[in-house]
Amino acid sequence: MATEVQKIVLADADERDLTKLTEYVAVGGYVALAKARALTPAAVTEELLESELRGRGGAFFATGRKWSFVPSKEQLPKPHYLVVNADESEPGSFKDNEILSRVPHRFIEGCLITAHAIDCDKVFVYIRGEYSGPYEILVAALEELKEKPEIRGKVTIVVHRGAGAYICGEETALLESLEGKRGQPRSKPPFPAISGLYASPTVVNNVETIATVAPIIAMGGAEYAKLGVENSRGTRVVSLSGNVVNGGNYEIESGMSLREIIYDLGGGIPDGRELKAVVPGGSSTVILTKEEIDVGYDFDSLAQLRTAMGSAGIVVLDDRCCIVQLGIRFSEFYEHESCGKCTPCREGTRWLTAILRKLEDGRATQGDLDLLLDVCDRINGKCLCPLGDSDAIIVASYVAKFRSEFQAHIDESGCPFGGSSSLDGVLAPIQMHTHSPVAEVPA
Amino acid sequence: MSLYERIQEERSKYPAESESAVLPALRLAQEEHGWLSPDVIREVADALEATPAFVKSIASYYDQFHLAPIGEHLVEVCTNVSCAVVGAQQVVEAFEAGLGCRAGETSADGKVTLRAVECLGGCGWATIVAVDHHYRTHVKAEDVPAIVAELTHGD
Repeated sequence: MATEVQKIVLADADERDLTKLTEYVAVGGYVALAKARALTPAAVTEELLESELRGRGGAFFATGRKWSFVPSKEQLPKPHYLVVNADESEPGSFKDNEILSRVPHRFIEGCLITAHAIDCDKVFVYIRGEYSGPYEILVAALEELKEKPEIRGKVTIVVHRGAGAYICGEETALLESLEGKRGQPRSKPPFPAISGLYASPTVVNNVETIATVAPIIAMGGAEYAKLGVENSRGTRVVSLSGNVVNGGNYEIESGMSLREIIYDLGGGIPDGRELKAVVPGGSSTVILTKEEIDVGYDFDSLAQLRTAMGSAGIVVLDDRCCIVQLGIRFSEFYEHESCGKCTPCREGTRWLTAILRKLEDGRATQGDLDLLLDVCDRINGKCLCPLGDSDAIIVASYVAKFRSEFQAHIDESGCPFGGSSSLDGVLAPIQMHTHSPVAEVPA
Repeated sequence: MSLYERIQEERSKYPAESESAVLPALRLAQEEHGWLSPDVIREVADALEATPAFVKSIASYYDQFHLAPIGEHLVEVCTNVSCAVVGAQQVVEAFEAGLGCRAGETSADGKVTLRAVECLGGCGWATIVAVDHHYRTHVKAEDVPAIVAELTHGD
């Protein structure tokens, strides 16, 4: 029976209250920072390269390489910035919520080490506006460092709160939002490493990535790289939700099988139901059927099934879930969150929702199923950012893997679940009958 | 400290020429006034040395800013997939029944605004309900009457 491995990111958090500075110091906190500051920035980056750490936000880009793209101040005389993406909003993902809430000092230590590695003295943490709890914990942890100049060094950390926009998790949209604009993606190049925040060299890293930096420096990059499997080193904090007995975050060694995660860590499917499908890495990832879960939870293994770890949000769906309704609900999400900048996404996500709803309502013809896939093709790869692509890719994967269920909606002129699906009648924000929040407040 | 002074404090965290303080400024203004009326938008714009049109263009982009009045309390129920498959819709309906208004509306006494919202990032602890921006976890339909009573207490 698989269990959680040696923890890296969430180490000691079960035994101690690591939101407190004294407790974090008692487990060796901020020792890695001193070690890193005794090294040159290049040597710190070298440790990260050796660790083979890859970004935990979804794109899985090699962290050390990203840092190495920042030009020196001699090459480009501008301030450098570290921006941490704490705008976790991908349906199914809630790991950064827990990391910030339980190990804020490990996160802060990672910020300070990264700042040293990229020669910057200003860090912005862009945290989603809804995360009031984690925000308060992080601010309290930073407050504890006010009297600790030896830890802070010359670095200032500003916590910047978002205000409810999924798209701001896309790094260039995040930078726009942080600059005080509407959070809409930029065209790349230039990449943030050269021209990011305030047109200056900027590293944008995810919360979990940053929270892994101090442990890597403490244990050494080579030691960290012994964990996990090829191309997916180290541990991963996975978020488990949906129809599973023990939902929650689990730190696993990369490569553990998806079946072990769901059944051994998560306790399997409740209520005596059968597994139907799994969304493996947040709403934006290609769905897996129940026959496909004997797969390692790592980049290469999942890539063989044409899917991905994404932001590690694993959503378990039992046999009560209508896949057309699943498509509707996620498509409503993307439609709601589309920023409107690129036409294929702005219009296409709306079309996908509309065609799926036609199927669900029993109004669809055979041609509508073709049209659905055609719209997917017309979105995919044609926008500045992956938001519209995500909707297109997942809907196409639902059709590919559950085609008979889509066909049944046409043949039976309606939903074969007849109102018993677990997603039946769910009210998405986009369907709220008036602009929210409406205001019939008595004078 | 006045709202103006607090906005200046926010501005000092960012480079002088940037507009970065607009989100924190709008958040502070909304906390103080409850919602962002045209007058409040103008007040924020003045404090930022920006135009009301610019400030409104930002406020209207983000879901958390209210451009219309809301109730004393805000109840937001996540209805994305992870919450939905374990009963979020029943939670929404229980609030609708308890408050006597539909999602998207405010109860007749002006106490509570109810909304369905997109993923709040607590999927494994579903259903997530944010009550005045703080998460309640594992909320079931049968828990709703107590939350409604708590928010409408004093009637």
